[in-house]
Amino acid sequence: MNKKIVLMGNPNVGKSVVFSRLTGAKVISSNYPGTTIDFSKGKMILDGKQVEIIDAPGTYSLEPSNRAEEVAVDMLNDADVIIDVVDATNLERNLYLTLGILEGKKPVIIALNLWDEAKHIGINIDEKKLEEILGVPVVPTVALTGEGIKSLVTRMREAKSPKKIKPTSEEGRWIEIGTIIKKVETVEHRHHSLRDILNDLTIKPSTGIPIALGIIFVSFWVVRFIGENLSFLISEVFEKAYKPILLDFGEFIGDGHIYNILISQDYGEIIFIESLGILSTGLFIPLAVVLPYIIAFYFMLSLLEDSGYLPRLATLVDNIFHKLGMHGFGIIPLFLGLGCNVPGALATRSLDTRKQRFIAATLLAIAVPCMAQMAMIFGILGEYGLYYIGLVFLILGILYVTIGVILNRFIKGTSPEIFLEIPPYRRPSFRTTGKKTWMRIKWFLKEAIPFMVLGVTIINILYTIGFLQWFANSLEPVMEGLFGLPGGASIAMVTGFLRKDLAVGMLLTLNMNPLQLVIAATMLTIYFPCVAAFIVLIKELGVKDMLKSASLMISTAIFVGIILKLIFFGV
Amino acid sequence: MNSKEIPLAHLKKGKSGRIITISKGHHGGSFGVQHGLHGFQRRLNVLGIREGQIIRVDSKQPLMGPITITIGNSQVTLGRGIAHKIIVEEI
Repeated sequence: MNKKIVLMGNPNVGKSVVFSRLTGAKVISSNYPGTTIDFSKGKMILDGKQVEIIDAPGTYSLEPSNRAEEVAVDMLNDADVIIDVVDATNLERNLYLTLGILEGKKPVIIALNLWDEAKHIGINIDEKKLEEILGVPVVPTVALTGEGIKSLVTRMREAKSPKKIKPTSEEGRWIEIGTIIKKVETVEHRHHSLRDILNDLTIKPSTGIPIALGIIFVSFWVVRFIGENLSFLISEVFEKAYKPILLDFGEFIGDGHIYNILISQDYGEIIFIESLGILSTGLFIPLAVVLPYIIAFYFMLSLLEDSGYLPRLATLVDNIFHKLGMHGFGIIPLFLGLGCNVPGALATRSLDTRKQRFIAATLLAIAVPCMAQMAMIFGILGEYGLYYIGLVFLILGILYVTIGVILNRFIKGTSPEIFLEIPPYRRPSFRTTGKKTWMRIKWFLKEAIPFMVLGVTIINILYTIGFLQWFANSLEPVMEGLFGLPGGASIAMVTGFLRKDLAVGMLLTLNMNPLQLVIAATMLTIYFPCVAAFIVLIKELGVKDMLKSASLMISTAIFVGIILKLIFFGV
Repeated sequence: MNSKEIPLAHLKKGKSGRIITISKGHHGGSFGVQHGLHGFQRRLNVLGIREGQIIRVDSKQPLMGPITITIGNSQVTLGRGIAHKIIVEEI
């Protein structure tokens, strides 16, 4: 058995940066069994032997108050050696966890991280004295630059379980911390720095909200730039390199059901977006359509996360989102979802309770069109003027807010108030941000893509047995009667399972007037997520909640369709 | 309650106060269930929100939105409901 080293510490102390300094290139990010809590695992060589190193979720104490903290405590119990990462700028409160860890029987070494920052703001810590008092090695580190990491590694074998720390009550521990702080820490007066001014500007509503809008706008621009170009490049690879191979393979298997399922529903030319084959559309959608936006969005998200901006954004928007049954972090699924619903659905896990996650996911699926879909809505309605485009987004916005308020009232469960630490701004390290982005992408490749291929396969089989055609046909009278749309719109609705943007595009061939287009485009957004997002939502919410959520989507779509028809065309 | 003792939620922006007590009264559904009463109190404690500590109000979001405070070297955002339960004496 490999030795297990576990990194413990409060949130926002640079634990992940220490982790990425200690581990090599091979890092695995996985979910803790039975939870959706992410953690990273890597390997390092210590005294000639390979050891496993685990980055536990940040925790404030060993008496867990949420799922992530429970996981951290479990990991602690499994550890052979503990590296306690302590924020030198906040020694007092970090020591609460430290003393808790030291009360256990495990060998411990302390990394006094953010050492440079503490000096910079005028905090001096006598680390020798601290080491003497605690009875375990204390190593000052600056993980961002790598300073002190070497000595952390060489002193790892000195890690020990101290004799001096006795278990005590919570109050007793705070008193003990008070005495330690008096002995080891001196604080000089600090000046107002540029960072303080920046902090102030981004959290005050009067300046913070315009800045937030600016940052969101720039983020979208960057995501679109990276996403579009990457998507184009990957599509080219599919067209130029992969298609000829696939065509040859098609010749080889010949016509029949196997050809239909694996390659295409039509013979002859392969159109990656609509052929429905497992090897054509099944691979093309996740890799060439979804993946580029996943990469772009996760890069941007990691960057915003590592710079420390997200908690400020959450503070600014908390007010609105709390009324919709979430809290400030509810903006993240919305933000990501406007790019692609898949990362949006994955981000619902940044919310605390089941109720909050359910609301965030349902609102995302109902009222948040992805970038590709938005582009198509602009495409089909653009010629009639901004008025109609605005109408679609106005309806979706009203739905987001109204349904949020209603769900907040009627869904059981709690939506706790926001309570979150605002970390100081930090210059993101491209090493850590890059690693984080890469780990998230790897997770997506491993966990989400097989399910998306499965989704396309199921649709393909439903098509092969004629179910989808029958379904579209039987919907035709409904389209005309209830929503005032041409019967052919039912085919677009069915296609929408696969690709929303493609479905919106199909509306063009039906010769509708602009108001009909508004109804159809709005309903297409609401009625169901595309297959990729649907699969991820099942994974995140569980089958039961997803069924509930899906019935809400379908009934909302029908309701909105009927109401719009009545408003636009009368009875 | 002394006349100078007010809930943190009523402290003006830019002002500081010393924490007198953290109300253990009815926490309702807003956060009591999720963290457990005790866990929640501990989280406040660990972030430095304890009796006798000095707290400064940095910003208040409009329309009963959350309050951002500085305590020691940390900055924390908390909901108005929580801020009503922390009783301070303005200094």
